[in-house]
Amino acid sequence: MDVRPVGPEALLVDLDGLAEVDAVGAALREALTRGELPGVVDVVPAARTVLVTAPGAREALAAVRALLEAIDTTAPRGDRDAGSVELPVHYDGEDLELVARDARCSVDEVVDLHTGATLTVAFGGFAPGFAYLAGLPEPLQQPRLDTPRPRIPSGSVGVAGEFGGVYPRTSPGGWRLLGRLTDDAPTLFDPDRDPPALLVPGTTVRFRDAGQP
Amino acid sequence: MSRGPVHRELVVTEVGPRALVVDHGRPGWAHIGVPPAGALDGPAHALAQRLVGNPPDVAGLEILLGGLALQVTDATTVALTGPPGGLVVRTGGRERVVASHQPVHVHAGDVLVVPAPTSGLRGYLAVGGGVAVEPVLGSRSADTLSGLGPAPLEVGTRLPLGPAVPTPPVGTGAVGVSAAPDAVVIRLHLGPRAEWVDDAAGRLRAGTWTVGSTSDRVGVRLGGPELERAEAFRGVELRSEGLVGGAVQVPPDGQPVVFLADHPTTGGYPVVGVVEPAELPAFAQLRPGSSVRFVPLRA
Repeated sequence: MDVRPVGPEALLVDLDGLAEVDAVGAALREALTRGELPGVVDVVPAARTVLVTAPGAREALAAVRALLEAIDTTAPRGDRDAGSVELPVHYDGEDLELVARDARCSVDEVVDLHTGATLTVAFGGFAPGFAYLAGLPEPLQQPRLDTPRPRIPSGSVGVAGEFGGVYPRTSPGGWRLLGRLTDDAPTLFDPDRDPPALLVPGTTVRFRDAGQP
Repeated sequence: MSRGPVHRELVVTEVGPRALVVDHGRPGWAHIGVPPAGALDGPAHALAQRLVGNPPDVAGLEILLGGLALQVTDATTVALTGPPGGLVVRTGGRERVVASHQPVHVHAGDVLVVPAPTSGLRGYLAVGGGVAVEPVLGSRSADTLSGLGPAPLEVGTRLPLGPAVPTPPVGTGAVGVSAAPDAVVIRLHLGPRAEWVDDAAGRLRAGTWTVGSTSDRVGVRLGGPELERAEAFRGVELRSEGLVGGAVQVPPDGQPVVFLADHPTTGGYPVVGVVEPAELPAFAQLRPGSSVRFVPLRA
């Protein structure tokens, strides 16, 4: 674990893998929720880092550093009851054939690989309600497009690197697209719901082939 | 025609380049991808609210380069802050020009016109009671990146106002204002990824950058000497990581971006340094073509 200042009011914790990110992110989030980190505003886990911010309260970061020293990142985490979600997909994505070619298999096999995997939400970010899903089968772990698309429709289901994901709203993006959620799929982001994001860290996600629309 | 009780409202009759509802923003949701949003020039927004006697968490308007006209449906107090300039009040056929940075009493039916400032970019208009659109995740701010919060103001937009405030507005003459500068020197805390840039401190100290015309509420795009990747990091991809406002990110072309309030919550290019928080509001007022120099500070 390596702790780097991000200006005077934030820290970035460098970590070795998703398991460490999960341990550190959860410990900080729990301490924040219990009111033990006054002044801390954001705890933002990502692929190999956790960002902690304390705008206007730089003295709060001392307690964060002390807590980080006490975290055992190797201890197995107890089961979290973050729930499970099944997302129905029309597999008609623009990059389906590209993904099949790079995976050296057929389009049907891509769909089988994607629907056969049990994915877990590692962290959120990028856009409201967007979740990075870990546990993608190795052949589907493929690079981003060289040129991002300016407009990806809401509900698009894609892969990039070690992660799967679903675009909660129309946005630019460079993920390879396999398909899109059906119209009756659960809403990924609703600011009036508690919690607003459907997919929170630890949630297990399975995709289901809903056929063609 | 019979009328019901008058709703306290602002009715937009003209719009300029862009006008948005803003408040303190919605910090604390970065982990689910929600940008902080909120007034870019936080001190100017807070001052406007104080001038009309509003509590600090109330929403007002952020007006890019003026051009906005609003009719008030009820008597109230307003104040314009940001770069110095006048506010035009039309009553019937008459017009009067009143100074910015002071509380101004207006009557039911008056039209307020916010002209373009002669320096800087963004004016902040506070109205007694505040703009009372429905909050989203605890904030009434428009977020131009994610689309959360109210849409940009258009002709015909009606903005509800909160109940008139009991606290008296502060007096006039309390505020000194000066023109927004077109050249700034900014303290920059190096890190967290300064080692990704070749001689980051030296290049940042030596260079002068120009504010680009594609700058917006997401970030100020700077043009100038290239911040080249250090040898050891050429061709290496950084995994996306959390971002803060004021982070100076260096994309592959070496032209830095200073992230502002509507910044994405994570980013995949190295952050060479973070602007001293007290100096970040200056970026809200830098016109394209303004010059920026940095004083790099070791972490």
